[in-house]
Amino acid sequence: MQKRFVSLWFRHLLTDWLTLRRPELKEVPFVFAVPVRGRMLITASNLLAEQQGIKAGMAAADAKAIVPSLEVIDDIPGKAEKLLTALGEWCIRYTPLVAIDLPDGLILDISGCAHLWGGERAYLGNIIKVLHSRGYDVRAAMADSIGAAWAVARFGKEKPIIETGKHTDALLSLPPVALRLEPVVLDRLQKLGFYTIKSFIGIQCSVLRRRFGEGFLLRLNQALGNEDEPLTLLHPVEPYQERLPCLEPIRTVAAIEIAIQKLLDSLCHRLAAEGKGLRTAILSYYRVDGKTGAVSIGTNRATNHSGHLFTLFELNISKIEPALGIELFVLEAPKVEAAEPGQEILWSAESCGLEDNNLAELLDKIGNKVGAANIHRYLPQERYWPERSIKLAQSLQEKRTTVWRTDRPRPSLLLPRPERIEVTAPEPDYPPILFRYKNEVHYIKKADGPERIEQEWWIETGEHRDYYQVEDEAGRRYWLFRSGYYDAESSKWYLHGFFA
Amino acid sequence: MSETKKDIIDQLQKDILLWQGFKPPTAGTTENVGLGPVEAAFPNGVFPIGAIHEFLNEAPEHTAACGGFIAGILTTLMQQGEACLWISVTRNLFPPALKVFGIEPDRIIFIDLKREKDVLWVMEEALKCEGLAAVIAEVKDINLTASRRLQLAVEKSKVTGFILRNDPRKISTTACAARWKITPLPSELETGMPGVGFPRWNVELLKVRNGNPGNWQLEWSAGRFVAITPTVNEEQLLKVG
Repeated sequence: MQKRFVSLWFRHLLTDWLTLRRPELKEVPFVFAVPVRGRMLITASNLLAEQQGIKAGMAAADAKAIVPSLEVIDDIPGKAEKLLTALGEWCIRYTPLVAIDLPDGLILDISGCAHLWGGERAYLGNIIKVLHSRGYDVRAAMADSIGAAWAVARFGKEKPIIETGKHTDALLSLPPVALRLEPVVLDRLQKLGFYTIKSFIGIQCSVLRRRFGEGFLLRLNQALGNEDEPLTLLHPVEPYQERLPCLEPIRTVAAIEIAIQKLLDSLCHRLAAEGKGLRTAILSYYRVDGKTGAVSIGTNRATNHSGHLFTLFELNISKIEPALGIELFVLEAPKVEAAEPGQEILWSAESCGLEDNNLAELLDKIGNKVGAANIHRYLPQERYWPERSIKLAQSLQEKRTTVWRTDRPRPSLLLPRPERIEVTAPEPDYPPILFRYKNEVHYIKKADGPERIEQEWWIETGEHRDYYQVEDEAGRRYWLFRSGYYDAESSKWYLHGFFA
Repeated sequence: MSETKKDIIDQLQKDILLWQGFKPPTAGTTENVGLGPVEAAFPNGVFPIGAIHEFLNEAPEHTAACGGFIAGILTTLMQQGEACLWISVTRNLFPPALKVFGIEPDRIIFIDLKREKDVLWVMEEALKCEGLAAVIAEVKDINLTASRRLQLAVEKSKVTGFILRNDPRKISTTACAARWKITPLPSELETGMPGVGFPRWNVELLKVRNGNPGNWQLEWSAGRFVAITPTVNEEQLLKVG
């Protein structure tokens, strides 16, 4: 069967992507630039900029001199490859064999696919139309060989679809740069006066090899279809999904449990074979009356332990409403990560630290029942303001970056909001003699302080606080503060915490 | 005759303790939590670690004192790097204060729940996880059935459970190993020194299973519990006399 290839050329790949993200840039000429040896060089420019003469490879400063309203945006390394991978994976609907062709193209091997769209013209037209409607400026060509398709896509002026056997004719009028040659070779061809492929295609191979090298000959033969060109194809990741269709509609809890167990066993088997574990799993069920529902669980750590996952699902079985019966179960793991292999321990450790699996599984269970947002762990933060001196840890393993301070006394109970109290404090900067809180008067026998904590002006403006640690006649210890400077009549005093 | 009777009764008591699961401490494995004279009140003279302890707190000052006291006990329990769980509905505990009592507050995992009903469920699940240092829960009330379920859970896993009853409404019998009441006491400094001294508490054991209830004064200083013998104020003596 004759092989056919399509080459897609995204003329403004990065700039189209950015325009989709920021629609206001449609009317603005802008470029991507990257710093090279101290000056910014342009790597990609959009259509408006190109029309005004800005091309890739120019210096950004020169470009701004030509077009003062040009916007220069920092280039994102690796973005082109990511975009092409995503586009390539989307193109799998047209053919299973797709390869990336850096810096801005895709190659599709479409031997035997075109008839499904009703002909090659309809096939190519469909690809171009859909990509255009998505916002990408793309130029496509179809030919017998990859090299010919590549050349026609970028430099061809007439027909995008080259019929079988006619690719040599199509190549004749194209410049040598269409053959994907090295710049050195292109320079030499230019010097020798070979401006189109027609001028050297008739020369003997041995002469060409002697003058321009083996690589030149390879490229020429690849374009003519005489040499094979291997493609590194894209392999999209198969989603981690298991389906279980039921012969009869399922309604009982026991049957649902068996279904979940089966699905989990096969999914965990696959995950374990690949050395991965799942972080979230969604079980969707399709009922006989057409309605669907879903139940999801999450874990702290990537796990492929089906027993533990089953316990987590068990907590949520009550949320499933089978009504007349469920006929299809689908278990999906949208978030999958590499799982650490369980270490074999010779004897069971008696202590369970933060790294232990037992603790992670316990927190999974608790999190799935009451909500994972309710589980907190605190780390010290280098801040003066007491409410801000601790921060939430992001994971069980996050280590603290500073130490827990013991130099200043802190109460073991801190009220979420400081509460107003009335005090008798005759002397400025001395602790009060008595205070009244919730209609009870406390006579202060011992006190420590003041500890002045200023408001962190870069976060919030406000009055500073003078904290006092006081002990009343019954031995109860409190943390009071006065907000602001001492004023005989109108000082504001608050109770913030209780000491052990 | 009375000697042998006493001996027989002692032996019977030891046997009953053994059958109930209170093993006498074998040489070299005592986990002394450092409570000093308080530990003598417990059966076999050892603070029971695989059991549930109940604390009654009527005011937030008592809860603060209780928090500090428990942190002092946890120093020994969390020695080998274990983690502990703190379950509550409205959590006011301030972790930086616990470092003074010798524990690493970043090894405590706080579970803040919305409903009181969930607190006991989470505590039971947590108690089943072997190897945790302790599980502390703040509930208002707990009845006999719930406490018995928790006791069954710890019997297998040997995790210590602490129940802080803040603002208890009804005090009925529970299946806990001990019922405590911690109240703050005025601290003492050397005469003439200004400021507030080390935290000092009146530790009352209201109920102890197979032990003797009592009343002690403890102070936390120099990184451990120090038992205080109440000194008699000489001036007051003279006045009375």
